[in-house]
Amino acid sequence: MSRRNGEAAEAEDAADADDADDAEDGANSQFADPSERREGLTGPGPDDRPRPAERRSKQGVRIDPEAEASHPARRTTISALVKHEPGVLAEVAGLVSRRQFDIDSLTVGPTTNPETARMTLTIEEPEPGVRQVEKQLEKLVPVISVRELGRDAVRRELAVLKVHDDRPAAVESVVEMFDGEVLDAQPGTVTVEVTGSSAEVDRAVEAFQRFGVRELTRTGTAALARGNEWTTHAEEERYERQRIDPRTNRATDQSTTETAPGAPTDDD
Amino acid sequence: MSERARTAARPTEEAAEPRDDDRPESSDDQPAEPATGADAAIAALTAADVEHVFGVQGGAIMPVYDALANAEAGPSHVTMAHEQAAAHAADAYGQVTGTPGVCMATSGPGATNLVTGIADADMDSDPFVALTGQVPTEFLGNDAFQETDTVGVTRPITKENYFAGDADRIGATVSEAVELAGTGRPGPTLVDLPKDATTTETDAGPEPGRLPTYYDAPEKADEAAVEAAAEAFARAERPVVLAGGGVVKADAAPELRAFVDAFDVPVVTTMPGIGSVPEDHERCLSWAGMHGTGAANMAISHTDCLFAIGTRFDDRLTGGVETFAPGAEVIHADIDAAEISKNVEADHALVGDAAAVIEQVHEKLDSRVEAADTSSDRHADWREQCREWEAEYPMTYAAPKDEPVKPQFVVEVADEATPDDAIVTTGVGQHQMWAAQYWTYRDPRCWVSSHGLGTMGYGLPAAIGAKVAAPDREVVCFEGDGSFLMTVQELSVAARENLDITVVVLNNEAIGMVRQWQDAFFEGRHTASEYGWVPEFEPIAEAFGAKGFTLDHYDEVADTLEAAFDYDGPSVVDAQIDPRENVYPMVPSGGDNSGFALSEEQL
Repeated sequence: MSRRNGEAAEAEDAADADDADDAEDGANSQFADPSERREGLTGPGPDDRPRPAERRSKQGVRIDPEAEASHPARRTTISALVKHEPGVLAEVAGLVSRRQFDIDSLTVGPTTNPETARMTLTIEEPEPGVRQVEKQLEKLVPVISVRELGRDAVRRELAVLKVHDDRPAAVESVVEMFDGEVLDAQPGTVTVEVTGSSAEVDRAVEAFQRFGVRELTRTGTAALARGNEWTTHAEEERYERQRIDPRTNRATDQSTTETAPGAPTDDD
Repeated sequence: MSERARTAARPTEEAAEPRDDDRPESSDDQPAEPATGADAAIAALTAADVEHVFGVQGGAIMPVYDALANAEAGPSHVTMAHEQAAAHAADAYGQVTGTPGVCMATSGPGATNLVTGIADADMDSDPFVALTGQVPTEFLGNDAFQETDTVGVTRPITKENYFAGDADRIGATVSEAVELAGTGRPGPTLVDLPKDATTTETDAGPEPGRLPTYYDAPEKADEAAVEAAAEAFARAERPVVLAGGGVVKADAAPELRAFVDAFDVPVVTTMPGIGSVPEDHERCLSWAGMHGTGAANMAISHTDCLFAIGTRFDDRLTGGVETFAPGAEVIHADIDAAEISKNVEADHALVGDAAAVIEQVHEKLDSRVEAADTSSDRHADWREQCREWEAEYPMTYAAPKDEPVKPQFVVEVADEATPDDAIVTTGVGQHQMWAAQYWTYRDPRCWVSSHGLGTMGYGLPAAIGAKVAAPDREVVCFEGDGSFLMTVQELSVAARENLDITVVVLNNEAIGMVRQWQDAFFEGRHTASEYGWVPEFEPIAEAFGAKGFTLDHYDEVADTLEAAFDYDGPSVVDAQIDPRENVYPMVPSGGDNSGFALSEEQL
């Protein structure tokens, strides 16, 4: 640090003081005699100064001051391609909880690439919230690519229900009605499986209530983009590059695999 | 600092902690390649040019310390008194140098003590790396002695964290942690190092510069967005530039200055953005927000185009978002896309590095201004308005000589007595606000504080980190009496390392900011905020081996501060200030920035 000893330091101090005086106009007058200053902050009070008439909504969106701000929540599906490594699920779950995102379901499972996993989140958020979910997910280091799926995306849920077997024929007909399957029938219980859209599974569960549902388990939504559309951009890039062979489901050019374990990245 | 600290170390310290690096004769039988996971971790720090590490020893981290001692040309180590302080010191080091500050701690309590400092670094986007010891993997999950799920605990407060259970991966992982901490939007990373992995032999060394696959830090903003933003800025009649901490982190102060000068536009900073533009610059209205200047808060409230750079629109800046720059078209430049429209909707999103984006907009405006022949004259009335606000709302304070010393005066005198490039660190509370308000910052990286997390006790460990980072610069730490007592033990470190820092305790014998709020919002009930008795800081300083001073009169302020700054080593000034003084202007929490109160009656 700069030591200040003897005359040199005094000269330096004097120079410093001069500079400050120049820079701050009369603001330093109190140095000579503090008692000259008996007044605190001055200026027109809050009621005597111009105030802006405009407003923003609670989401920070500029709005017509007269109108009531409303950003209605909508239900949508977000797909995230993530690195298949420990801790990712915890990281995503922690993010959702910490940022208070309104989430209906979260599923995770493998993809065609052993080094990646897909998470599908069903959320209910107003528009700014949906964008935040996307961007906050994207920001997580193990998350590769995130996309909100369109309304036409293919979505599926699965429910396994265990109902009482008092009326096996009736159970059977409801199973048929919902294109379900009987997984297990024992004295006392019938266990059935139903898949479909979230709403279809809701209706099926509702329908089985009449038999008395002993136990129920449901998955979240698994979803893919429809048709030729890629579910996330990363997959698009990867598959375009690797020219996946649809019969073997293997890349024809393995050298471009971007997640070779343990290899240093050359992505900049 | 390393040489300094080491040579200045007391003989007993030398004996207790033999340090052989930099001494060729003692590096006799060291293998050239890393021998263990711990060696690889240290090699990764060395390869990343990490020069200093702040930390505290302990069981599970011992192999890493051993490797540090054995490393040739490895980082030097500052032994802190408490892990929280190690984290703050590393954080401040990162703020001052712009390169990751590194700290080390053992498992369990060592790691959990770091947590406050990690969260602080996370909130303020500081480049920061923590290496933590962990129990051997065979004990993991068994609630072993000093076992904590460090990765789990720190997951929400790190940019990324790693469990390095494989000795062969430690070098690469530590390399990645350091690189990632300083790349893109800076932030804290942590590597948890189980003791078996650090003691296992490995040939695998570091991989300097390694980044996670798919990690992509944007550089330039989208051209079309820049075009539209420039369009908006050019049309604006009341433009304001709002410079956040991102401008400092991106070293974009020159670009900002050029922009402000070229377009002659008023500029306001956030608190972390202090110093991104010289506060004595003609167009600088100082900082906005809860305790910002009247002019800054008026300008951001009335602007019709806010060019916000590297800010996350924290609630202490915005007040209620309903009334934040409510008539402004917002151009938001940030390197983190997730900050765009998080709190305040951006009409124009410029995702990129602050320096690059400012230049992009600058160039676009340049070409536009020439084409349309629109000069900055069209803002003349607006500039005049801002100037009037500055004149209307000066940062004055009453300082009658027959009353106790005002803290603002102490800050101003300290500013006078120190060079322009002096570094100011603070704790959190009223003293922090006065230090921000009444010191004139002229350069980036001179203001080192705990903004987002608001960590009391940040000041002293931060001063240690700042001094290690910039041994040739004056380091002044403002603390409050309450805040100072939270990390006062670090005086032992400042004395041991003979760090020439000056702590100025603005002592009002209270948790002043809490008391101020109690007066304003809790009908004056001073619950747990007034001490009634506080220890004497001068003898405390002396007992720790620092130089102690006390002042309680206007006549003593200049001389006492001068003597403290002159003292070659750590010094503490107990500045006994007027306990009735409060911080104004003030925008109440969630309030309207243009309605800032100048006194309690106006709240």
